Amino acid sequence: MKLAVVAGTPGSGKTSVLMHTVRDLKKGGHSPALIKIDCMWTEDDARFRRLEVPVTVGLSKDMCPDHFAIYNVDEMLSWAEEKGADVAIAETAGLCLRCAPYPDQCLAVCVIDVTAGPNSPLKVGPLLTTADVAVMTKGDLVSQAEREVFRERILEVNSSCRIVEANGLTGKGAAELAEIIAGWPEISGEMVLRHNPPLAICTLCTGELRVSKNHHRGVLRHLDGFTEYTGE
Amino acid sequence: MKELTLTIRGGVDKDGRPDHIKEIEIHSGEIVAIVGPTGSGKSSLIADIEQFAQGDTPSGRRILIDGREPDLQMRSDPRKKLVAQVSQNMHFLADMSVEEFLRMHAKSRGKDPALAGRVIELANTLTGEPVRPDYPLTILSGGQSRALMTADIAVISDSPIVLIDEIENAGIKKQEALHLLAGEGKIVVVVTHDPMLALMSSRRLVMKNGGMTKVISTTAEEHRVFKDIERVDSWLTGLRETIRQGEVVA
Ligand SMILES: Nc1nc2c(ncn2[C@@H]2O[C@H](COP(=O)(O)OP(=O)(O)OP(=O)(O)O)[C@@H](O)[C@H]2O)c(=O)[nH]1
Ligand SMILES: Nc1ncnc2c1ncn2[C@@H]1O[C@H](COP(=O)(O)OP(=O)(O)OP(=O)(O)O)[C@@H](O)[C@H]1O
Ligand SMILES: [Mg+2]
Ligand SMILES: [Mg+2]
Ligand SMILES: [Zn+2]
Repeated sequence: MKLAVVAGTPGSGKTSVLMHTVRDLKKGGHSPALIKIDCMWTEDDARFRRLEVPVTVGLSKDMCPDHFAIYNVDEMLSWAEEKGADVAIAETAGLCLRCAPYPDQCLAVCVIDVTAGPNSPLKVGPLLTTADVAVMTKGDLVSQAEREVFRERILEVNSSCRIVEANGLTGKGAAELAEIIAGWPEISGEMVLRHNPPLAICTLCTGELRVSKNHHRGVLRHLDGFTEYTGE
Repeated sequence: MKELTLTIRGGVDKDGRPDHIKEIEIHSGEIVAIVGPTGSGKSSLIADIEQFAQGDTPSGRRILIDGREPDLQMRSDPRKKLVAQVSQNMHFLADMSVEEFLRMHAKSRGKDPALAGRVIELANTLTGEPVRPDYPLTILSGGQSRALMTADIAVISDSPIVLIDEIENAGIKKQEALHLLAGEGKIVVVVTHDPMLALMSSRRLVMKNGGMTKVISTTAEEHRVFKDIERVDSWLTGLRETIRQGEVVA
């Protein structure tokens, strides 16, 4: 099983780009399964279902959607396995820019909208700085010079990432992203986070980097909404 | 400048029917126009070239450089980019000054940031009200933005392939702009509804329903007509300037 975590600010074009990417993956003989993580509500699952691939939604409700995404990675993978998929793709809500929900072995994709202006790569934080791939969207709305300046700004904060210029409307760049996902190594063994989550009140907040739910205490909500308390 | 050949391999039109034109080769130093009705796929063809499509766009076309599929770096790294583009929709969204932006753009292309001053100077020869270095980029008018991007391409981008989408509607001096963009020995592909720009080219590619339907070489008769249009155009340009300056046509 391969895992791609697709993060990025709300409305940056994650779903639009993924719609095309998943089509390309299917064309290439892969079986992707999609997981949308959000807080309250989403209609992305309805869009994804049109692709005729397994789709599920995890709502974090009152919890940080990124933390929720992190400790549910195991559940996402076993769900995708059950559905016969060979690639699990998780689209996150991307609200809190302090944490980055990327386990070390996943392909970390940060979708970033060029219309947010060339200073935005400096503001996005670990979501971008720890990503393997930065997908630039909405380039059709600005000049070539502005796209090039934006690209330079991305490289200033993450010099080793691969940049894909994509268009969520026309599908430009989707084939390239599909190729990167297809070439990414399979997951094996335990995963750890790339970046420390910010200080707060859960086990992750106290610095636990191991992804598996076994290592977490407190109130934990499962992908399917079941909420449990573990600990003293 | 490096000599090269740009090849467009035909794909399909909006209904999935094959392009009539199976292949067209364009060589350094040539200006080719793209003509056709509104919505016929002119901008889409330009987009295919800009991203060096390899059957991965709706048209399924392929773009080759010197007969080969270009490598990925040539597609994306601005320092190696072969293509400079003036697109149809052009407003700036970047929250910075004209000079700061141009310096940053020069840096992204691996050029001297001091070229910014030269770009502004050149832009001001194409537009009415001058653009100043300390202006916020976002207050520039459509015409000023295009003049600035035209000068930027001539000075900073300086790529061997230049793609232009409808420069005539920008209210800037179109013929001067085209000469500036064409430079010495570049491949220029210009989308246009303007008879003068269309006949200035050596060939024109006709689009219909998303497909490439035919290629017409500019005839001797058309070249004569071009000379007439040029005279009419300079007369019109003079009139436009008089009116723009708030004077009365004598
Ligand atoms: N012009 C333009 N619009 C785009 C592009 N990509 C996406 N959009 C538009 O941007 C809006 C948001 O796109 P989505 O794909 O829903 O964004 P998202 O990141 O999945 O949004 P959330 O899941 O709500 O965070 C939609 O209206 C898209 O049509 C692009 O490349 N160019
Ligand atoms: N070969 C094609 N296959 C599928 N769709 C196409 C093709 N060519 C163009 N289209 C679609 O047709 C629409 C109009 O195309 P485009 O914007 O390129 O037209 P245009 O000639 O530039 O029009 P205008 O003169 O108004 O600028 C776009 O939505 C585009 O995606
Ligand atoms: Mg979405
Ligand atoms: Mg157009
Ligand atoms: Zn958080």
